[in-house]
Amino acid sequence: MALLLDILTGLGILLLVIVLRSLRRDHIRVEHSVSWLAAAVALIALSRSGPLLERLSGYIGLKEPAITLLFLILIVFLGVFYRFSRAISELKDMNITLTQRVAILEYKLQRQNEEQQAKH
Amino acid sequence: MIDSRTLLIIPAFNEEGAIGRVVREVKEAYPDLHVLVTDDCSEDATVDQAIIAGARVLQLPCHLGLGGCVQAGYKLAFEEGYDTVIRIDGDGQHDPKDIARLLEKLRSTGCEMVIGVRAKESGGLQTHPIRKVGIHFFRMLLRPILGRPVTDPTSGFVAVNARALSVFSSSFPLEYPEIETLVVLQRRKFRFEEVPCRMRKRMAGRSSITAMKSVYYVIHVLLGVFVNILRFDGRARKGQG
Repeated sequence: MALLLDILTGLGILLLVIVLRSLRRDHIRVEHSVSWLAAAVALIALSRSGPLLERLSGYIGLKEPAITLLFLILIVFLGVFYRFSRAISELKDMNITLTQRVAILEYKLQRQNEEQQAKH
Repeated sequence: MIDSRTLLIIPAFNEEGAIGRVVREVKEAYPDLHVLVTDDCSEDATVDQAIIAGARVLQLPCHLGLGGCVQAGYKLAFEEGYDTVIRIDGDGQHDPKDIARLLEKLRSTGCEMVIGVRAKESGGLQTHPIRKVGIHFFRMLLRPILGRPVTDPTSGFVAVNARALSVFSSSFPLEYPEIETLVVLQRRKFRFEEVPCRMRKRMAGRSSITAMKSVYYVIHVLLGVFVNILRFDGRARKGQG
């Protein structure tokens, strides 16, 4: 189980590096990186803090701290995924509204031009 | 029957093989009817064919899917002050000669929406077997929800009045809209009627709903129906219904 905790620490560091690189290259916006950075830091901290993880395991009723950490990761990542699903849905709705508005404005503009040309 | 406040919407996506003929048929049958093709970002010559045939074209810059495409037409119709909107498919399955019958029913009954359904004498429902099963499933599901039977809840041949247009321009199901639309109407205490119509084979192209997509369609629409029921019942409890 110690090996599993080491692997989770490694995954936390990897996640942190990937998110920071994406931020630096403008592949991810700051407000959307916060959830991932918090998750990565929590993953590293918890996987390196044996006593805290053991106390948490006691509260939850699990024997293995590594399993407790995996359980916590699952909850955190589900929360992050849900948050992003909501954001994507909102963006899609806005995109549909914008697309329709652009099409309608272009249509009206074109009709105005046609009417003006007909007058001249 | 047809005045300057009546608009015909033809949603189209990659229908270059049929759209020109559909528009010409409509123009021949109803020379005064305003015809708007709402193009869902087609990759072929749909827009050119529609313009050549004499239609006005509302061109969406991104592909939105059927619901978004139809709603764009409803929004434009609402903003331009139309009080009656008819929608037919761009593949030529609907006979434009039946438009007058839909309008007559809409005006004589005072209902908010009229659906053109396949007449029994023209062969009943002739479609892909999986879709046929889906239609029968939704007919059974919708009967208790709507409080009345519906022959073909998936028909895209509809006419709506100003009240329904006002609702649809602000709120319209976006992916597979026909069935959810009925639930939206029912929850707002709007009425719909059906008119038997002649249905033809597609003039060109293929249906976008394949066998695999039919399964997704059923799940998606089922979820949409129940979400609409929950949404409207929730508003009613809060006194906004």
